[in-house]
Amino acid sequence: MRALAELFLLLVVLTDFAVLGTSRLSACIRAIALQGLLLGSLPLLVEGAWSVHAAVLGLGTIAVKAVLLPAFLRWAIREASVRREVEPLVGYMASLLLGALALGASFAVAHRLPQSADASLLVPVALVTLMIGLLVLITRSKAVSQVVGYLMLENGIYLFGLTQTRRVPFLLEAGVLLDVFVAVFVMGIVVFHINREFDSISAANLAELREY
Amino acid sequence: MFSSLASLLTFLAIAPLLQGVATRTKSALTGRRGPPVLQPYADLWKLARRGTVVSATTTWIFRLVPPAVAACAVIAATLLPLDGHAALLRFSGDAIAFVYLLALGRFLLALAALDTGSSFEGMGASREVTVAAFVEMGFFVVLGVLSLATGELSLTGMLTGTTGDRLWSAAPSLVMVVLGLFALLLAESARVPVDDPATHLELTMIHEVMVLDQSGPDLALVLFASAAKFAAYAAILVSLLVPRSSMPWPLALGVLVAGLTGVAVAVGVVESTMARLRLPKVPLYLAGATALAGFGLVLLLR
Repeated sequence: MRALAELFLLLVVLTDFAVLGTSRLSACIRAIALQGLLLGSLPLLVEGAWSVHAAVLGLGTIAVKAVLLPAFLRWAIREASVRREVEPLVGYMASLLLGALALGASFAVAHRLPQSADASLLVPVALVTLMIGLLVLITRSKAVSQVVGYLMLENGIYLFGLTQTRRVPFLLEAGVLLDVFVAVFVMGIVVFHINREFDSISAANLAELREY
Repeated sequence: MFSSLASLLTFLAIAPLLQGVATRTKSALTGRRGPPVLQPYADLWKLARRGTVVSATTTWIFRLVPPAVAACAVIAATLLPLDGHAALLRFSGDAIAFVYLLALGRFLLALAALDTGSSFEGMGASREVTVAAFVEMGFFVVLGVLSLATGELSLTGMLTGTTGDRLWSAAPSLVMVVLGLFALLLAESARVPVDDPATHLELTMIHEVMVLDQSGPDLALVLFASAAKFAAYAAILVSLLVPRSSMPWPLALGVLVAGLTGVAVAVGVVESTMARLRLPKVPLYLAGATALAGFGLVLLLR
């Protein structure tokens, strides 16, 4: 069980880097869906025992993060007919290097944090997912990539929460899941409107703040 | 000693076979019959019997290069523990010698390409060296991980040292290293996604265009050298995937041959499912491979 959990966590890091290194939006969405699937299977693996709490949390996560949100994002890119991130603020090579730096930093920092003994990889992977999510969120200009970055950021927080599964009440986690869903829904609508207004979904067009 | 020598000879003998296997896999997956598996041997034999035509603009360097390149590849192969126990030639730090023997071969090939004065070949040489600069960086990270995981500095120690407890503690980082190394192998042996061995347009070639002026036995030597280089990388991959130090050497050799064929099949599968990357994308791909190996390093250091 533990070995499998570690393998899944490593795969989560690989999906982080896949999002960071690819320019094709559909590939980004596929990677984030895979990440959602991995995250959904983790509560059961980390707990090591089957509990209703973990099973419901896992299934809910898979339903929202691996099925609903990716389907919604796919609909958004089809609707706005964008396929690639054309010019990110930071190039792909540089963002891969920054990602590698983040990886090294989070593994170095994770040692110093107080953590539960049964999850040695969980904390560093949570940190690196957070940082890479933030990086994607800041440096990509297409709104859909920014949503993907936001989702990764949230996935990092979720991973952090997994170290505390026994202490965090179920209702709280369900609430967070709902929040994310609503947030991405709102972002999808924003994407749709940016696209209709400017014929592109580059958030850089939103340079002016004005009241009607 | 005898087992090392026998393994080395077997290894060199089956090196061209691997390219045949890769081509055959590619043909099978794309619904064609393809050339026979033994075709590379027939090609080498055909070339060996032909005469050599040397351009009048070349100097003695051009004639010197093909034997030297083949020698570099063979010497590099002697540094690998092919029988699963010990290499024919081993000393502390021979991993670095391995990298630079392959680099020396590449340098000589580029030199011969420039010696012809052909603009196409100069372009090919420049591309090959660009790709190689990134591959080398990645390969050194891979070697660093192996050296840290086993505490050894020679290839023999690095590739036979991961057994028992050591293997389990280093397993996650070895997985990363194997993935990264496979990506580097595709670049180093001039395969899709970096280079396409089947292309016939000089503008798109990387490795092939460097040897346009070579002919006859010289070309055969160069082709054999690149086959041996591919097999050497594949042998490192197999040694990492299947620890063979506890097997008797004939069995270990059999496993190696089966593993090499497996790697060739995997290369064929990649080749028929992926398109070639545009040239500006290649450094990104190689940086990704290096990042994988670097991730292995981080996992080991934590």
